[in-house]
Amino acid sequence: MDCVTAPQDRFAIQTHQLNLWYGTFQALKEITVNIKPRLITSLIGPSGCGKTTLLRCFNRINERYENVTTTGEVRILGKNIYDEDVSLGELRKSVGMVFQRPNPLPISIYDNVLFGIRSHTRRGAFARSERDGMVESALRDVELWDETKDGLRRKATHLTLEQQQKLCIARLLPLKPQVILMDEPCSALDAEGVERIEELVDALREKFTIVMVTHNMGQARRISQECIFMLMGKIIEHGDTSQVFLNPREKETDMYVTGRYG
Amino acid sequence: MTNAPDDQQGPESYYVVGEAAENGQGARACSLPTFTAGRHERYKRLVEGTAKAVLGLMAAALVVPVVIILGLLVYNAWPALSLSFLLENPKNYMTAGGIWAPLVGTFFLVVISLLAAAPIGILAGVYLNEYARDNWLTRIVNLAVVNLAGVPSIVHALFGVGAFVLFAGMGRSVLAASLTLGVMTLPVIITSTREALAAVPMSFREACWNMGATRWQTIRTIVLPNSISGILTGVILQVARAAGETAPILFTGAVFFVRVKDHGWESFFPYSLDDRCMALSMHLFTLATQVRGVSSEVQYGTAVVLIGLVLIVNSASIGVRVYLRSRKKW
Repeated sequence: MDCVTAPQDRFAIQTHQLNLWYGTFQALKEITVNIKPRLITSLIGPSGCGKTTLLRCFNRINERYENVTTTGEVRILGKNIYDEDVSLGELRKSVGMVFQRPNPLPISIYDNVLFGIRSHTRRGAFARSERDGMVESALRDVELWDETKDGLRRKATHLTLEQQQKLCIARLLPLKPQVILMDEPCSALDAEGVERIEELVDALREKFTIVMVTHNMGQARRISQECIFMLMGKIIEHGDTSQVFLNPREKETDMYVTGRYG
Repeated sequence: MTNAPDDQQGPESYYVVGEAAENGQGARACSLPTFTAGRHERYKRLVEGTAKAVLGLMAAALVVPVVIILGLLVYNAWPALSLSFLLENPKNYMTAGGIWAPLVGTFFLVVISLLAAAPIGILAGVYLNEYARDNWLTRIVNLAVVNLAGVPSIVHALFGVGAFVLFAGMGRSVLAASLTLGVMTLPVIITSTREALAAVPMSFREACWNMGATRWQTIRTIVLPNSISGILTGVILQVARAAGETAPILFTGAVFFVRVKDHGWESFFPYSLDDRCMALSMHLFTLATQVRGVSSEVQYGTAVVLIGLVLIVNSASIGVRVYLRSRKKW
């Protein structure tokens, strides 16, 4: 799964006229957007505007829920993920997700980090030393190694929320993802936790394409380079974060970012 | 002293303080709230107390019949209870001896019925909770489960006669009776399995799916290990039910009397699958209504053993649940 990006593919994620319905309710309307690699793109907008739904299109996890119809195109690294030959397992290996509420699995920290890679390989595919190495480097990447190295066999659900959220990011890393989707990853954390996770996400930006849904406009301004504003299932504006916040092109964006509704 | 607002006063007089309060202008209004109970507040307290007492009494009343029944049974059975009562066969047309043959018979019936029903029930429950989408087929299956649970046991018995004894050619046998019991316990096993699975937080499944794990990998590694206590509890509770039922085995395999070995190792395997067998519930019915001259101690003794088995099994299920729950935490 090396990243074979053709030069013309300047975008990590591209959608073309993407529509999505929950039953008869249209949650996404004609979404056409290009998201650049190796930077953080934030998705903002009032509740129910389709931010999370759009995020969930990028690894097709929407299809696990009832009654979802999708039309249009989503290209990840140039490949349309709605093509017949796309395997959902492989797709989700490359496009990981971090949730609002930290959801480590109720198994040990060690097994949490390896869960993803184990579900993609045969039993016994890695020697013990390889496994230990993967766990260590993943936990080091999220700055969790020092705190947990003496208790890797402890249940992950005993960690603090901040540590849990770091672990949720760490368990994606052995899969060598291209894209990491984050659905309000800080909203369950206290101020200090938010700061640490933001620092971590910023550090990870170098290696991945990160798309982050957030309700916190301060956070969007602090950490994202590009910003997408959505309203009623449509993309209203997409641009540099500073431009969207300081000099929005659309009236709705202006009203929202200045806090007049939402 | 009342803190109820008086009609004659405007709202500005509720909090008359300082000078106005001192020279009596606030005397009719309560100058500051005192938070003492008014008339309606006292009435609410009375109703609350009554409700708590009545509800608590009803809950406590549940214990009374259990204690009385158990006490009466054990008291009356006491002279008959001994190890040999358990380990000997009935003798002299049931009037003497013990209950070995029906005890082993019940054990066989219950174990075989669970071996048949538990895998089907658990796997069906997993399918319905984890895989099935909300479509017409699922709805039909759900309807079938609910209706199967509501079928009277005597109807299960007749179904057993038709399906297993006659159609499948098993004859009246341990196997036919066990399968009939299995069909009877199936819907409850399915339902309790689904409930146990539904109690596993959705966020675990989302985490797994988002890393590319298949549904089955998710079920095997995360969902089942975290719901096994609930599933087992449901299954074990069906042991008690299967052991106590008489009707489903009456026409399908249980008989009045079978002579079996009651000593030596062979006594532990007295029945083969195509034999007819005795069973505790049936034996109790026989002793109480079909045979003359059975002492009341023997009847009570049989009842105590049956109810004791049920209690032991239920306690075991609670124990299993407590143990497994103490090991899992999220």
